[in-house]
Amino acid sequence: MTSIEAQVLQPYKYGFVTDIESEVVPAGLNEDIIRLISAKKREPAFMLEWRLKAYRHWITLTEPTWANVKHAPIDYQAIVYYAAPKQAKSLDSLEQVDPKLLETFEKLGIPLAEQKRLAGVAVDAVFDSVSVATTFKETLAQQGIIFCSFSEAVREHPELVERYLGSVVPYTDNYFAALNSAVFSDGSFAYIPKGVRCPLELSTYFRINAAASGQFERTLIVAEEGSYVSYLEGCSAPIRDANQLHAAVVELVALDDAQIKYSTVQNWYPGDEEGRGGIYNFVTKRGKCAGRNSKISWTQVETGSAITWKYPGCILQGDNSIGEFYSVAVTNHRQQADTGTKMIHIGKNTRSTIVSKGISAGHGQNTYRGQVKILKGATGARNYSQCDSMLIGDQCGAHTFPYIDVRNSTAIMEHEASTSKIGEDQIFYCRQRGLAAEDATSMIVNGFCKEVFRELPMEFAVEAQRLLGISLEGSVG
Amino acid sequence: MSGATPMLEIRDLHASVEGREILRGIDLVVRAGEVHAIMGPNGSGKSTLAQVLAGHPAYTVTAGSVRYEGQDLLEMDPEERARAGVFLAFQYPVAIRGITNAYFLRSALNAVRKHRGLPELDPLEFMDLLADKLKAIDSDDSLMSRPVNDGFSGGEKKRNEILQMAVLEPKLAVLDETDSGLDIDALRTVAGAVDKLRRPDNATIVVTHYQRILNYITPDHVHVLSGGRIVLSGGKELALELEARGYDWVRAEAAV
Repeated sequence: MTSIEAQVLQPYKYGFVTDIESEVVPAGLNEDIIRLISAKKREPAFMLEWRLKAYRHWITLTEPTWANVKHAPIDYQAIVYYAAPKQAKSLDSLEQVDPKLLETFEKLGIPLAEQKRLAGVAVDAVFDSVSVATTFKETLAQQGIIFCSFSEAVREHPELVERYLGSVVPYTDNYFAALNSAVFSDGSFAYIPKGVRCPLELSTYFRINAAASGQFERTLIVAEEGSYVSYLEGCSAPIRDANQLHAAVVELVALDDAQIKYSTVQNWYPGDEEGRGGIYNFVTKRGKCAGRNSKISWTQVETGSAITWKYPGCILQGDNSIGEFYSVAVTNHRQQADTGTKMIHIGKNTRSTIVSKGISAGHGQNTYRGQVKILKGATGARNYSQCDSMLIGDQCGAHTFPYIDVRNSTAIMEHEASTSKIGEDQIFYCRQRGLAAEDATSMIVNGFCKEVFRELPMEFAVEAQRLLGISLEGSVG
Repeated sequence: MSGATPMLEIRDLHASVEGREILRGIDLVVRAGEVHAIMGPNGSGKSTLAQVLAGHPAYTVTAGSVRYEGQDLLEMDPEERARAGVFLAFQYPVAIRGITNAYFLRSALNAVRKHRGLPELDPLEFMDLLADKLKAIDSDDSLMSRPVNDGFSGGEKKRNEILQMAVLEPKLAVLDETDSGLDIDALRTVAGAVDKLRRPDNATIVVTHYQRILNYITPDHVHVLSGGRIVLSGGKELALELEARGYDWVRAEAAV
């Protein structure tokens, strides 16, 4: 082709390595490793038991191969399952955190020091396998909100963890969820009490630093009756030649009239132009609208990872509950994404909305895979799905696999799909008005993604647009 | 003023698309304050000339030169030409989903202003400027909050092109079949707006198949394009003659 696809790649901006001494467990996975991780985290017995059950189940499973992605076999015995920066035993304040860690997060745009904190956002910063710091904890505690690292939750609030852990994504759910359940190291926990509207955005920033380690975090958010919370996760990793595995699990529980808004800006290292290195992002995310009139919204902007395998879904159990999924997935160079959602309608008058925008450039392969299931009792259920694909260049691919299973005849289903190609004519039109080719591309792509971006919290919508610009720089000339 | 450097000077221009030669030696001089009409039958190269002047990458210039305000126009990127004051009103304006007309136009104007050393306008300043420009061409802002050309009727698209032209204030405007697909009322509105934008320091090239748009925009010169060459030039009365007699006699004469 002509000038399309001609520009050069903008290097990944978050690829630096923090030089810090790490405490790692030996590579490989067996029951001893799991006992070791659990012991390091001083976990109660129920937690270790659960991990071991998950591990024993995992070894009976085989890795799924149905996703529309290709990669070399993963050697699960070569992965390091726990890596933590060496630091003081217990962290009571930020002063005890290694300055290198604070510096790392500051470089990533996540200042943790009190005077520099992002206004209106409480952040839990996770570095490799452990949470480094959680900001605004006290402010939140005043309203009874618990926001802390998962490890801390296991120690301080075991009754809540035991009650909800695995209640949405059981360890038997799938291969990667089972693996995560066995070895998960840290993550975030949030609990919003009855009737409380969380005054801050809650946010977790995940940073993989150590080489050859995997990241297996687990997030659990419980919104009690009538509560509201907006949560955002961000992530990045250094540039490394070898692939690294990230297998996370996120569980959300919304009780009667509760609302959870979960946003992701995923920027894991995508590998280089030839497809060397990059993160394998194999993640299970699911929310349960357990109560009546509850609502869970997923918004994701996926620009990173070598391979993405992820289907944030909603179980709409409570009557009148609402599930939403808004997604932008970008694949450039050799990136592959197989992503979408699952909406399971169980309760009456449950509603779900799916808006998926896939953008493929370079040799990227982008697959939307979505399941909408209307069960027998889900009288009056409605689903609206819209899947749009945009192709940049002629070496990339877009694929759509919608699965629809309706068992109640009162259901109303709508499905719209489109594929468009960012054309020379579109770019030329913008250039003829004085816009540079890159600005034109970013404008066209942002316009394409608008319905998703407007779902993001304000501060992050700007970040997402910028990120999209970076990951597509070089794809259009 | 005929002694001054012309705004646009096209010499022996040859251009091809996908290996097919369309323009086979165009010569044309356009001075500030002038309106030139380029007429001709379908396939004569009218639109190609417009696209080549704007720098569409699908067209390859194989010979000849184009100087614009003393610069080599063919050396400039499309956006550089635009910022230097070359504007193309598209025959088929392109839609951009999710981006409002106002945002698009402000971005374009700011790119042009930046190039001209002027401060960029914030949305409020832009709305003020826009209101003035719209008034000048008897238009309103009904198109502004809609996505660029998305779902526009044919008439709205053409009106939008002229509106952009009013805001961007080009020195050289090339209108590529702006009259095509317009009913008579829409034609009057659109062409009337173009006429209002005429100034002694700008120039317009009107590419058209039909004479009727020239009832609203009186040309100083009319050229007939046939087989990729200008085969006949004259004053505004030539357009009327073409309207009455068609193009065949020109072709016949050119062949002699």
